[in-house]
Amino acid sequence: MSEKTALPVGQEAIQDKGWWLAHKFLILRRITQAGFLGLFLLGPWFGIWWVKGNLAGSLTLDILPLTDPLVLLQGMFAQHWPETTAIIGALIVGVAYALIGGRVYCSWVCPINPVTDAAHWLHDKLGFAKGWQPKRGTRYWVLGMVFAASALTGTIAWEFVNPVSMLHRGLIFGMGFAWTFVLAVFLFDLVVSRRGWCGHLCPVGAFYGLLGTGSVLRVSAVKRADCDDCMDCFAVCPEMHVITPALRGAEGDTPLILSSDCANCGRCIDVCAPDVFKFTTRFDDTPAPARAVRRKPKRQPEASRAA
Amino acid sequence: MAITKLATDARALPVQAIRPPGALPEEDFLAACIRCGLCVRDCPYDTLVLAELGLEGPATGTPFFTARNIPCEMCDDIPCVKACPTGALDHGLTNIDDADMGLAVLIDEEHCLNALGLRCDVCYRVCPVIDKAITLERRHNERSGHHAIFMPVVHSDHCTGCGKCEKSCVLPFESAIKVLPVRVAQAKAAEHYKLGWEDRNPLVDELIDLPDRLPGPGTDNLVAPGGYLPSGVEGLPDPSMDGGFAPSYGLPGTGGAGQ
Repeated sequence: MSEKTALPVGQEAIQDKGWWLAHKFLILRRITQAGFLGLFLLGPWFGIWWVKGNLAGSLTLDILPLTDPLVLLQGMFAQHWPETTAIIGALIVGVAYALIGGRVYCSWVCPINPVTDAAHWLHDKLGFAKGWQPKRGTRYWVLGMVFAASALTGTIAWEFVNPVSMLHRGLIFGMGFAWTFVLAVFLFDLVVSRRGWCGHLCPVGAFYGLLGTGSVLRVSAVKRADCDDCMDCFAVCPEMHVITPALRGAEGDTPLILSSDCANCGRCIDVCAPDVFKFTTRFDDTPAPARAVRRKPKRQPEASRAA
Repeated sequence: MAITKLATDARALPVQAIRPPGALPEEDFLAACIRCGLCVRDCPYDTLVLAELGLEGPATGTPFFTARNIPCEMCDDIPCVKACPTGALDHGLTNIDDADMGLAVLIDEEHCLNALGLRCDVCYRVCPVIDKAITLERRHNERSGHHAIFMPVVHSDHCTGCGKCEKSCVLPFESAIKVLPVRVAQAKAAEHYKLGWEDRNPLVDELIDLPDRLPGPGTDNLVAPGGYLPSGVEGLPDPSMDGGFAPSYGLPGTGGAGQ
């Protein structure tokens, strides 16, 4: 810990780099999220049918089929073998996310991400406690249950409750009462569990995380030796446990953030004043000296007593 | 588990919600439909819609239409089926006349104008499979005593369930003829039923073996109930003897069983 820990998150980065550069990836992400949604809305709103369908399945420019591999897999568990179009679509999506990081879906595409980010922003403003934090593996159990339920009921089970597709499909085809699911996720993240939905429970995120286990695009703490312990990256990261092994690794440990939980959102790059992090590939072996061993500041017994 | 419960509930498809042409049977459909809405987008008549949570309709996000609002126009090229990426709408359906979305049922004979003896005929006239799916059958009008009733009759082997009859029924609000899912609208004959006027051999050999009515031991022929005893022997025939048979009822005048 350093004195800078107490400063508001990102303040030094804003001072050093300016507001725009200190929010570069956040802004890019919001533009991308809005852009993907906008592509789907061009048809129903303006009659420009470049993209038809929704995130579960779509057809772009009447030639490119895309299918959500998780939805298709559930269908297979429910013993339906899909037509080739859907399989090709799922392979394209699967390969793309396997290369750029499965959870890029979560941070750059998923329409629920702005909802849970807003919940976290408000959670922070209101100074709530972090609340219930399910174990890291919980989302994989949820994913397993989703497949089991699909097999048992012979249906694509998660789609009956999935807030991600409820919101996306709702915006494009008509919402009905699907907003209640979105509100439930917002309130869950706000009141019950800080970053609980995307970070701990959502089986879609779990699936895409597994898909991107070997992804090529990765964030690396190449200049970790420059870290001044301001802790801002940990504060903005929705999956903060992924940073530690890279940033705090010993000499010889890889500076790459290799955890499949990392959503490649790039916020750690934004808020870091000394520019410790950058996007690179998993094959990047630029030497990254570890941080100098630091000692905890010695405390005077009298001082601690006085405190 | 909650999801399982929801999935089971979702199978309770409302009867007024008709699936698109080529839709797999409901239990297979929910395993195949990814709710992408591509069939909805390619429907040129805006017939199909995706169900919305909490509103009238089937499982959230799955496609259906309500015939009384917009019926299926039975496009020759069936764009909705072609658009389906997963085969939830069966790509094997290439002739729209083979579609089986539902079955029209003349549900309210008390208000159907034709059934009352008038000549409305609208459902019959608009039927895309006129004279096959709907015919007008002439019946005697008992009320007037000297008029005819032209009764609309639906034939399930030709009705595609497009719903144009339901849409065009002239009655206000509800239609007298309605398209219902086949599972609701149609009964099944028991497997062993045979219609004697269609089948010259009305017996089902594997199921029913009528006894050969020959007189003598080993039969239940009443000419010799209980079988014969060798002459000069008193008492009952031995039931265990070859073909031996003792009826459980007593017969007067035989002095035999059951007394």
